Amino acid sequence: MVAIVIGAMVAGAAHAAAETRPWAAIVAAAKGQTVYWNAWAGDERTNAFIAWAGGEAKKRYGVTVVQVKLKDTAEAVTRVVAEKSAGRDAGGSVDLIWINGPNFLAMKSQELLFGPIDQALPNYAAVDTTHKRSNVVDFTVPVDGLAAPWRLAEFVYVYDSGRYRLADMPSSAQALLAFASKHPGRVTHPAVRNFLGATFLKQSLYDLVAEPSVLQQPATDASFAPVTAPLWAWYDQLRPKLWREGREFPESGPAQRQLMNDGAIDIHMAFDPAEAAVSIANQTLPPGARIFVMARGMISNTSFVAIPYNAAHKEGALVVANFLLEPATQARAQDPAWGGNLTVLDLDKVPPAERPLFAPKAGMPGLPTAAELGTTLLEPHPSWMTRIVAEWEKRYSR
Amino acid sequence: MKALQPLALAPALTLAVFLLPIAAGLAGTLLPAFGYLPAIGGHALSVAPWSTLWQEPGIATSIRLSVQTGLVATLLSLVFAAAFAAALSDHPMYRKVGSLVSPLLATPHVAIAIGLAFLVAPSGWWPRLVSPWLTGWERPPDGLVTVRDPFGLSMALGLALKETPYLLLMIGAAFQQVPHAALRRAGAALGYRPAAAWFKLVFPPVYAQLRLPVYAVLAFSMSNVEVGLILAPGQPPPLAIVAARGFADYDLARYFPAAAAAVLQGALVVLALLAWRVGEAFVAAAGRRWCERGARAGAVVSFAAAGAAAGAACLVIGALSLLAMAAWSLAQSWRFPKILPSAWTLATWQLQAPRAAEAMLTTLTLALASALVATALTIACLELESRRGRRPAQRTLALVYVPLLVPQIAFLYGFQVLLVRLGWDGRWPAVLWAHLIFVLPYAFLSLADPWRALDPRYARSAASLGASPLRVLWRVRLPMLLKPVLLAWAIACAVSVGLYLPTLFAGAGRVATLTTEAVTLSSGADRRILGVFTVLQAAIPLLAYIAALAVPAAIYSRRKGMA
Repeated sequence: MVAIVIGAMVAGAAHAAAETRPWAAIVAAAKGQTVYWNAWAGDERTNAFIAWAGGEAKKRYGVTVVQVKLKDTAEAVTRVVAEKSAGRDAGGSVDLIWINGPNFLAMKSQELLFGPIDQALPNYAAVDTTHKRSNVVDFTVPVDGLAAPWRLAEFVYVYDSGRYRLADMPSSAQALLAFASKHPGRVTHPAVRNFLGATFLKQSLYDLVAEPSVLQQPATDASFAPVTAPLWAWYDQLRPKLWREGREFPESGPAQRQLMNDGAIDIHMAFDPAEAAVSIANQTLPPGARIFVMARGMISNTSFVAIPYNAAHKEGALVVANFLLEPATQARAQDPAWGGNLTVLDLDKVPPAERPLFAPKAGMPGLPTAAELGTTLLEPHPSWMTRIVAEWEKRYSR
Repeated sequence: MKALQPLALAPALTLAVFLLPIAAGLAGTLLPAFGYLPAIGGHALSVAPWSTLWQEPGIATSIRLSVQTGLVATLLSLVFAAAFAAALSDHPMYRKVGSLVSPLLATPHVAIAIGLAFLVAPSGWWPRLVSPWLTGWERPPDGLVTVRDPFGLSMALGLALKETPYLLLMIGAAFQQVPHAALRRAGAALGYRPAAAWFKLVFPPVYAQLRLPVYAVLAFSMSNVEVGLILAPGQPPPLAIVAARGFADYDLARYFPAAAAAVLQGALVVLALLAWRVGEAFVAAAGRRWCERGARAGAVVSFAAAGAAAGAACLVIGALSLLAMAAWSLAQSWRFPKILPSAWTLATWQLQAPRAAEAMLTTLTLALASALVATALTIACLELESRRGRRPAQRTLALVYVPLLVPQIAFLYGFQVLLVRLGWDGRWPAVLWAHLIFVLPYAFLSLADPWRALDPRYARSAASLGASPLRVLWRVRLPMLLKPVLLAWAIACAVSVGLYLPTLFAGAGRVATLTTEAVTLSSGADRRILGVFTVLQAAIPLLAYIAALAVPAAIYSRRKGMA
């Protein structure tokens, strides 16, 4: 919420217009550029995928990609702001950001993004904009072409089938509380500042709220307290049963994966349906790791790349954004060995010759079927996340 | 006298290199702390950032953690180091203590903290040693809190592991100014047990020499971010991390309270230093009464023995921390409660090689360049001093300590804004500059004593034989001081390798060193990968030390007293 207020306060930035140059001209200008892709680096598979994409971009377009490894995507937003505060409206140090949710809202509302860019990207034509709504509406905020989608994510829970049966695992927030009471100290969630921890709370709110549609509206002072009251009542009961009695939390998803792998906890969570399969292969989760979901559905969203208004290498960044949308790239990202992220494309729009690339991969233990992933839920408006995190800190950070 | 002119600029240049960014950075942090940062809508001075900071959840705990870990870590390191010296300094082997602690001293804080986190965690090495045969633990125990504890003890221990050897080395340096052997002999003649004689007679004059290093330890322990990220609790974290998080928030309004937190961190350090100074007076008064009572032995003997054991344990724990991470880097599979990996592999090293090589190249070039510049500037300053034949006042020496006493978080954000304005941020030279702020003082402190201790008659003899001042420097002073010069260079390298926040802020996140990568990875990545980066991070400074010791030994192998 404060971000929006600040956004209004920022003196009129030069809001860049739509990219309208012909694609060939952009590709020609991109040649030889170095694109600084600012991306959260907490996931090794994604880092490897970005490194691979960089190699391809170099080979095919002469664009060098350097991943600026972030601990938190907000660092990149901060950098753009710092540059703006120093008056650097061109030649900025951030060319491309992996972004969504509150960070996207912050940059969009402060007019820190270049674009619209969607229509400039030839491969955007195959993006599914009707069934995969999160490709055009990010956390209820219209994307308006200021970012290009590159992968779909779904929130999932992981358990160890060597220790429990699927039937033992909770399928609702209430059941999760019962599970935690039965196994005190064996359930936790990533720190709420981390997007996974915040997602856990939003996911639970979906289960506890009377009318989920309210979450698609921005949270207000009037709506926030009554809507979230059941969440806090539930969490007050859950917290003492958590790992370290809910006083300390793993910093991130990977930190929680480590606890799961050590056998210290029973439930892990990730924004990636292939989490169990890939982690088993990497020996970062026990061989019995499997996915389970909530009966009401699981939150799903889209990862975007966006270009700051002052980026030094906009053409190179556009070329990378377009490359990410290529069917072969998307198919590779969907391959569990490389990420296991669902594609943002509409397979009906993909040329028939390339569709077989997306066929599900057999023989990977832990990979869920579409049916096992259940229903998807839309992300609530970012204001819910911001307020839930603030409220959680107010209540439990002592 | 012409040769003096470029040289005469050296002290001013040296001071400017590290004092300018601190001054500019402090101003650039102080203004937003009072609401002034026009670019994001702060046009008027106000105290609003402070009221926001006070309303921050858990802010009182953050402040308490900061003060507590700082004081506990400093007390522990001082007691461990003093007791270790008390118990062992009359041992003939004690002269070797420098080379004993050097490896640990050279290892970056981050590497030690990462290793310690695994060593003591409920799923870590010690529970594995006793499980399941003794404890019955088939899984890590759920009620045990050993890392990120709410009192910050694991963080204080992590800091003490590094600061104890530092203070031990500083005690060794102080010995050169204090007739410690004579004092001990006098004590022994009066019938004092060695430990009692040391604490009553040697420690007071040694502490007078040790004061600034102790203050630097206190300031660093209270305000460092990287050890806290690994070992301190996160709900809420120590104050410096509150500030660092705020500076990295997508919500721009968080800058103002973050700047306020950074300023508060600076103020807390000043207060803690004052409190420590007052505490010194009380301890001195109590100590005087204790001396006057004239007990020849008593509790101090067992106190010294216990402290010495703890000090020695610090060295062992530090070594085990690194060993654990080395084992992880070679592990294929290592599940709880296995004491050792069930399968070994080089795969992690192979897979991480490209990324590690890149970070290592950046780390190496930064370390070599900053150490070279720092050593050269230090030599220029000291050479000028030698030629003028007088030493700078004590005040000037205190200036050297400024970067070690001002918390990094209190000025690095302002420094980053300055770099952005100059258009230098995110570039290699900017990071080099940021490194020099911290590398220079250590190079200077390390070289100044041996340089000044060199008998001036060597230079005078050479001059009387007609050698120019440059030739005297080149042919007499530098060859004779080769070992301390190289050691200063190695220390400078080690400091540069370990720097986290300066690299992060000046590098705009684009300059990735082994240390920044290790901290990023420490937030939960695969321990095997973390192992690779930790081992490399520890290896570079160690190699620099080995080189600093081996080169003079090789060159002067046939000259006694120079190798």
